[in-house]
Amino acid sequence: MKIKYPKAGKFGEFGGRYIPETLVPAVEELEEAYLKFKNDKDFKNELDYYLREYAGRPTPLYFAKNLTEKIGGAKIYLKREDLLHGGAHKINNTLGQALLAKKMKKKRIIAETGAGQHGVATAMACAALGLPSEIYMGYKDTQRQKLNVFRMNLLGSSVHPVMEGTQTLKNAINEAIRDWITNVKTTYYLLGSAVGPHPYPVMVRDFQSVIGNEIKSQMKEIEKKIPDAVIACVGGGSNAIGTFYPLLDEDTEMFGIEAGGEGIETDHHSATLNAGSKGVLHGMLTYLLQDREGQILDTHSIAAGLDYPGVGPEHSYLKDNKRVKYDSVSDQNAIDAFLTLAKYEGIIPALESSHAVAYAIKIARKFSKSNSIVITLSGRGDKDVEVVENYLNQNVKNKK
Amino acid sequence: MSKIKNKFLELKSKKQKALIAYVVAGYPNENGTLSAIRGLVKGGADIIELGLPFSDPLADGPVIQNASYIALQKGINLSKFLSLVKKIRKETDLPLVLMTYTNLLYKQGYDKFISLARKAGINGFILPDMAIEEAGEYLKAIRKNKADSIFLISPNTSPKRIKKIVSVSSGFLYLVSVFGTTGKKEKIQQYTIDAIKNTKKLVDGKIPIGVGFGISNPKQAKFFIKKGADAIIIGSAFLRLIEKLPQKDIETKIAQFTRSLKAVTISQ
Ligand SMILES: Cc1ncc(COP(=O)(O)O)c(C=O)c1O
Repeated sequence: MKIKYPKAGKFGEFGGRYIPETLVPAVEELEEAYLKFKNDKDFKNELDYYLREYAGRPTPLYFAKNLTEKIGGAKIYLKREDLLHGGAHKINNTLGQALLAKKMKKKRIIAETGAGQHGVATAMACAALGLPSEIYMGYKDTQRQKLNVFRMNLLGSSVHPVMEGTQTLKNAINEAIRDWITNVKTTYYLLGSAVGPHPYPVMVRDFQSVIGNEIKSQMKEIEKKIPDAVIACVGGGSNAIGTFYPLLDEDTEMFGIEAGGEGIETDHHSATLNAGSKGVLHGMLTYLLQDREGQILDTHSIAAGLDYPGVGPEHSYLKDNKRVKYDSVSDQNAIDAFLTLAKYEGIIPALESSHAVAYAIKIARKFSKSNSIVITLSGRGDKDVEVVENYLNQNVKNKK
Repeated sequence: MSKIKNKFLELKSKKQKALIAYVVAGYPNENGTLSAIRGLVKGGADIIELGLPFSDPLADGPVIQNASYIALQKGINLSKFLSLVKKIRKETDLPLVLMTYTNLLYKQGYDKFISLARKAGINGFILPDMAIEEAGEYLKAIRKNKADSIFLISPNTSPKRIKKIVSVSSGFLYLVSVFGTTGKKEKIQQYTIDAIKNTKKLVDGKIPIGVGFGISNPKQAKFFIKKGADAIIIGSAFLRLIEKLPQKDIETKIAQFTRSLKAVTISQ
């Protein structure tokens, strides 16, 4: 089940490299550099240093006593990625890749962002390492997330609004790829999730695996055993694969939770693995939300970070061989979980992470009190308070 | 023999190079595409490339992105595309090449898609996001349906890789002239000239070399022919022209522009 390094970039039939020829030398150069540095002692020490001193690792594994008592089932632990610098797991990946880009002597970093979380994490890592960065962001997203645009500017990045198509994350990725094709010699493309052409999915997974590795050793310390279940939200799938991968060979149940939006029977959701079909997008073969002819569909989620019509190829593989159960949680249930965690634990989770919390609330009772469940709390929800307020006001109005 | 190969042989005997013209199917609408094709045929284009729009055309610049977007909004789909091809086939015998993205073939199944397109009258296929490493099933279907697989190479493609690509290519080899997406306007770069020269040497007459991306006028076309291109591929420039024209003028104006381009492929 555990694929340490995918041969020819393939997780089973998924992944690969479906890319314009101009990018072939670039991904080959990237793969070569990644293979060289991933086991290099100095590189690892330097990355560890930044993860510890700059980003704030290790993050706590917090026993959510109040939530556990309220639900009355398995013990619920929270892996506190929300406490990282920048407020999300994204920094694990951006520090790793920015450091790699520096070793590759790249002079310019580009990245895509949806809600702005990966853009902010890229801007931070690049500022810390002294690299110039430019961020592509769908025009609609720049309007929805003005504060994050300003934040990226403060951190020294320039943000390019993308006017193409639906003006959201998938268009931002398209445009970043076009920039990369144009400036292929000088530019490093810092992809924000475990998606894209090989070696991005495996590289991002490896950088995010720090989450699962810490969970494993912290659980051994606290509970003297590995967790009985882990739950993470799945957008592109980076926090989830980082949580799952180190535990794949263990006897741990795994749940990847997608955005059910207004329901997966409607066309307003982003539940790619639950409702999608196989296809090719952004350099990879994976599950996609697409129509019968293969045109990519518009997606929806209350959590902007989950609003993507594709998913990392390793998740497609883990779905098909049934190692991980992929399910979905609606906007409404995610909001409820957001409110619950805030009220009972004093922790405001990102709306993305709230999907994982909602699922834990749903299934914890099916476990016994001697079982332990870990939820990866991928980010904090300060960025979402306005969205939640609007959602609640809207509901009050609708009820009147 | 393949229609495309035949065309190149025919041109060679006439001491001409090929003019390959690209338009987006369904842009500005179906009749507009038909008018444009009539203009291309009248103006003397040698091969016609038809773009089947994809929602996420990541190798394309703003002009083709926009045309694809509009065509999709107006409802182009595979069955409309195929009936358009059939209509075009009734009017011209020129080789027709389908350019689109991998997912549209993958979704139908390579064999089913290619066989449908072949039956409608398509002769060759170009997929800008299909790398040779992933092309196994695709090439099987290409061979089975006796179609041509036109692959792209770029100025940064290594000699070793070019040879590999040539070994699975048929029809012609598509040399992307610039670092960038389709329609990029740039003055002619030395690296492009070098790429044409090096590719010619490597390919050694095994397959014709078409140069495209960002060529927008007869002067540039002439220059690349002088440097050794066997074919000139022009797309965004046609679409920019169509963008500005009322329906009734598309055919004549496209014919006019095509003539000016075709002229430079005929050696004096
Ligand atoms: C807090 C948070 N969680 C999760 C995600 C989803 O990304 P992924 O599935 O790659 O972890 C995002 C993306 O922006 C995010 O900001």
